[in-house]
Formats: sequence, structure tokens, C-alpha cells
Amino acid sequence: MSVLVRNHVKVSGRPDGKPLMFAHGFGCDQNMWRLVAPAFEDAYKVVLFDYVGAGHSDLSAYDPERYSSLHGYAQDVLDICHELDLTEVSFVGHSVSSLVGVLAANAEPDRFADLVLVGPSPRYIDDEGYVGGFSAQDIEELLESLDSNYLGWSSQMAPVIMGNPERPELGEELANSFCRTDPDIAQRFARVTFLSDNRADLDQCRTRALVLQCADDVIAPEAVGRYVHTALPGSELVLMRATGHCPNLSAPEETIAAIKAFL
Amino acid sequence: MGLTSGFEELFEDAPCGFLVTDADGAIRLANRTFLAMTGHRAEDLVGRARVQDLLPVGDRIFYETHFAPLLALQSSAREIAVDFRRAAGDRLPVLLNAVMKGDPAGPREIWICVFAATDRRSYEQELLLARQRAEHSEKEARELAGILQASFIPPGLPRVDGLDLAGIYRPAGLGDEVGGDFYDMYETHDGWALVIGDVSGKGAEAAVVTSLARYTLRAAPAREPTPSAILASLHHAVVRERTDRFVTVAYAQVSLPPGGGCLLTLSLGGHPQPVHLTGAGASRVGRPGTLLGMLRRLNLSDVTVEVRPGESVVFFTDGVIEARRDSELFGEERMERALLEARDDSASDIAGRLLQEVSAYQSGVLSDDVAIVVLKVPDEARHREGAGP
Repeated sequence: MSVLVRNHVKVSGRPDGKPLMFAHGFGCDQNMWRLVAPAFEDAYKVVLFDYVGAGHSDLSAYDPERYSSLHGYAQDVLDICHELDLTEVSFVGHSVSSLVGVLAANAEPDRFADLVLVGPSPRYIDDEGYVGGFSAQDIEELLESLDSNYLGWSSQMAPVIMGNPERPELGEELANSFCRTDPDIAQRFARVTFLSDNRADLDQCRTRALVLQCADDVIAPEAVGRYVHTALPGSELVLMRATGHCPNLSAPEETIAAIKAFL
Repeated sequence: MGLTSGFEELFEDAPCGFLVTDADGAIRLANRTFLAMTGHRAEDLVGRARVQDLLPVGDRIFYETHFAPLLALQSSAREIAVDFRRAAGDRLPVLLNAVMKGDPAGPREIWICVFAATDRRSYEQELLLARQRAEHSEKEARELAGILQASFIPPGLPRVDGLDLAGIYRPAGLGDEVGGDFYDMYETHDGWALVIGDVSGKGAEAAVVTSLARYTLRAAPAREPTPSAILASLHHAVVRERTDRFVTVAYAQVSLPPGGGCLLTLSLGGHPQPVHLTGAGASRVGRPGTLLGMLRRLNLSDVTVEVRPGESVVFFTDGVIEARRDSELFGEERMERALLEARDDSASDIAGRLLQEVSAYQSGVLSDDVAIVVLKVPDEARHREGAGP
């Protein structure tokens, strides 16, 4: 299966433009960027995709072994770059994807020009001398919460949701049709996301980086954003007026402006 | 038509909690039902708290990563299960339905309906636990089946000078049931014994009979002079077991005369005839005999087959020829064609080739267990030519 189908890759904008890749975080899919990405289509080759296991990716390609660490997700990013022969990539990663971008850039530093990290956190669980904002117990609670909320997922619906990206009306009949995926995969992605510790990978990163930090972000609090900024040599930090964890949805204009100013 | 009481009363005392918030979750209105459900006071919520603040941490993460994006993307979210922290400190399980109101360009607000769901959620918890237990049991059963099954197949066939031997086994479907196929090769007082067999049915009872068959066949050569007599003693053992299972077995006594090659004395108890691959083609060897453990009258015989250098004999269970695609069977013709194409290969390549054909015929999922054992007499002359510099 082609990587482009596997990861439901969508390329738009200028074919000869510099590549700008948008990566979604835990919980949703490339739809997270739909208020932001179009603003870059006049100047860039815009690349959107779903990680394997999310959105309209090929669920049969989900290998629990490969995706048991963020390196497996970084390999998705690199696979897409190879397939499309992208160089000088500007990578915009939301939430956990920020760290996926760092891992990809560390693996192939020559391929990436810039990283935009939206609400990054290298480690969610508190550690000695480090405040991530969560305890291990909190993460167990999240996993329970996921369980309760995926009760409505049935295997009969999966082919309807996953198999017909070109027929959205099928999805509309289902409540909460966005951001749905197989509950088992959601659980595993949640574990990888919230139990990873990628602080050491920040030190190795030499790619130019922007940290976009929201106000009142319970997932990635400001202290964590500052930690990432300090750990990434030469990075810029922008404190946004937007609140919450998803400025790409709640404050697209401010997000677009910050990314444009940096690029 | 109108309301007996006003719309304000409908809002305040509706049979569900109502919250109106800003797009970021900051609470602007909370109805009396919500306050009664949660024990919070309006003055502690309105203008002071966000919906997220009332959730335990796990649900707060869920809110930020799922609920908020859903609302932004499709302007509605339904049947979201979270807990509210009540003023007393305990938790109230609820279901939320929400809509995002207002122009995307302008200020937006969220309307949320809150339904207490204590009983439903505890029932769901029970279901969830039951499902987890079922999944766990299923996994355990599959592991047990795998371990039991592995005990029917030797970890490797012995090395015998002058013979190239290979055996493979694949379970049907997902391999979560113990199948009845088995094979074995072991030394006897006058040479070697090679057996392959199949107990009817699957599961624990079939496994008991498979074990019985294996140890009976191992012990019998010390007392019984011929392969047919050995199969007869297995027949009586299965009958004594008073099971309604029956067994098919191909038993070969293998001897290696000093002049090279190999002699098989073969007896078949209801088992498909093995295939003898020679330079001239493929032929079936052994005389068909009765099933073991079922019929009152036994009809078993011994046939001696000479296997010359370069030739092989392929033993298999009926999962090969009875492999099914829709209503069509893999059949003997396809099997012989695959074996002829591979006849110059090593024993393990011949076995591998046949398994691959059978598996591909069924799109990778086997309808029945498959066991294949290949005994080949290597062609020494060709080997020497091939190896010489």
C-alpha cells in the first residue's frame, strides 16, 4: 500500500512551493488544521496527513510494536517526506506531534528547515525537578475516560467511518463523526502520548524552532512551554492570547499570523 | 399553544442540567437543575469557572483533546461521558450533549445539556469489565491451545543420516482452538518410525485422544511386529477410551539399507495416501485402510516402498486437499502439481511450497489444520557434483 493512501496524505497549494507539513495530535486527525492550512496554500506546498490509526488512515497498517513509541510516528512523517521527495520541510506539529517533529528532524536534520511546535510537552507526568502537570494516576483516569466514551464505537460502524472519506454524508449520520477511531488504538496512542519522556531529544535538536504557547492550557501549561523553549537552542517562544490546547481551532487567525511571522 | 409557565422556568427547572458557556468553556449560565445535581452555587460558577475546571483530570484531558475539537469542527457533540466533581467532593457521572452557537467569525457560545447517568454508567462499567474479562479469557484460551498444540508436534525432527526431513504445522483460522493434527518421528528397536495423524474434531476432548494416540504409537513398536499391528493397537486403545472421536494415521517404519536409499513399510488407518515424488512423477503410496477407533472390523495392511536417492515421500493431513475456497476444494491435482514443481528442492522447501499454495488458495486463513511431513533421500551424486569446485 502506498504511504500516501496509508496516511491519507493530502497535498494542496503551490506544487513548486516550499513544503509545509501540518501534523495532528492525539484525539483527532488532519481536520484539526482545516481553519489554518488554507491560509498557506498561496505560498506553500501544503501537506496534510493522518497518522496510522487516526482519521482516514489505513487501520490495517497499525502495528502496535511500531507505534509503541513516538519514533514510530516520526517514521510516518519521514515516510511521507521520502514518498513526496520533500526537502527543506517546515513542519507544524500540534500537541504530541511537536515532539514527533523533533524526533523526525533529529533523525534527518538535513530534510527539515523549521519546526513549529504548538502546545508541546516533552513529558506530561511530573518528575523530580520537572513539572509536566500530571500524575501517573491522572493518565490512568484519562484511559478510563476514553473507555467510557468509546462505548458507542461499534465494529460495524468502523468501515462506514473509515472506508468512505469521499462520502462524508455517511459519517454525518453518526454522532461525533470526527475524531473517531478504533478504541484500542486510541488507548495505545494515549499511552504513548502521555507516558513518553522525550526531554533528552530536545537537547539534540538543531532545527530552527518556534514554540506556540496558549494561555490556560491544561494539557501543556506555560511552564512546560518555557521548558521546551529553554531546552531547544535558539528557539523562539510566542505566548498566545488564545486559551486552551487547540488554538488551531479556537484562534486560527492568531495561529496563522504567528506561524507566518516565524516562517 | 404556549407554556403553562414561562420559558425562564423551562430553562431553570428543565429535567436536565443546562450550561451556557463562552467558546473557551467559561460558564455564563447554569440552571437550577444543574446546581441541584452538582451542589455548586451559581456565584461560584458564573464568571469564575470553566466547565473543564469541574472535571477530574482524566476527563479534562478528554475535554481538551476530543470534546472541544469536536465542537469546533462539527458544532455539536453528543453523548459525551464525563464525571462532574460535585461541591461535596464526590463525582456525578453524566452524559453531555452540546452545540456551538453563533457565527464562526464572531463571538460564539456553547450550550450544554447535562444528564445524570449514574445507573447507566455503572451498568456500562460492569459491561466494560465483563468485556475485558472475556478478552482476557479468550487470550488465555488461545495461549493454552497454542501450548497444548505445540506438545503434539516435536520441536524439531531428529537428524537421521541419509535422510532430509521436514515437518510443518499450521492451525486453522486464528489458532484459538486445539486441532487434532499431529506428527512425530522417533527411533525404534529396528530403525525409525514416522507418523502423521488427525483426530476428528477440535478442542479439549480431541486433545485427550491426540495425546493418547501419540503415546500409544510411541510405545507400540516394542510389542507389535508391523505397522498395521501398531495401528490396530491404537485402534483398540481409542475404542477403550469410549470416545466418539476417531483417528486417521499414516505410520511408516523407516529403514536405511547399507546400499543407500530408504525403505518405508507403510500402513494407513483411514489416512490419505502419501505422495511419492520420483523422476517419473508423483504417485500415491500405501493401501487405504479403515479409520481407527470407530469401526468394528479393521482392514489394515503393510506396503513396502523403496525411496531412491533424489526421491521424496510427502505425508499430509486432510487439511491440505480439503482446503476450501467457497465450495471448491484445493484437491489432489493442485497438490500434486505444487509438489512436482518443488520435487528437486530440499524437504523443507517442498513442505513450505505446499503450505504456501494451500494458504494462498484460502487467502491466508486456513479452514482446517494442516500438517505436512516430507521425507527425502538426498541425491548424493548430485550433491557431490554441486559441491565440487
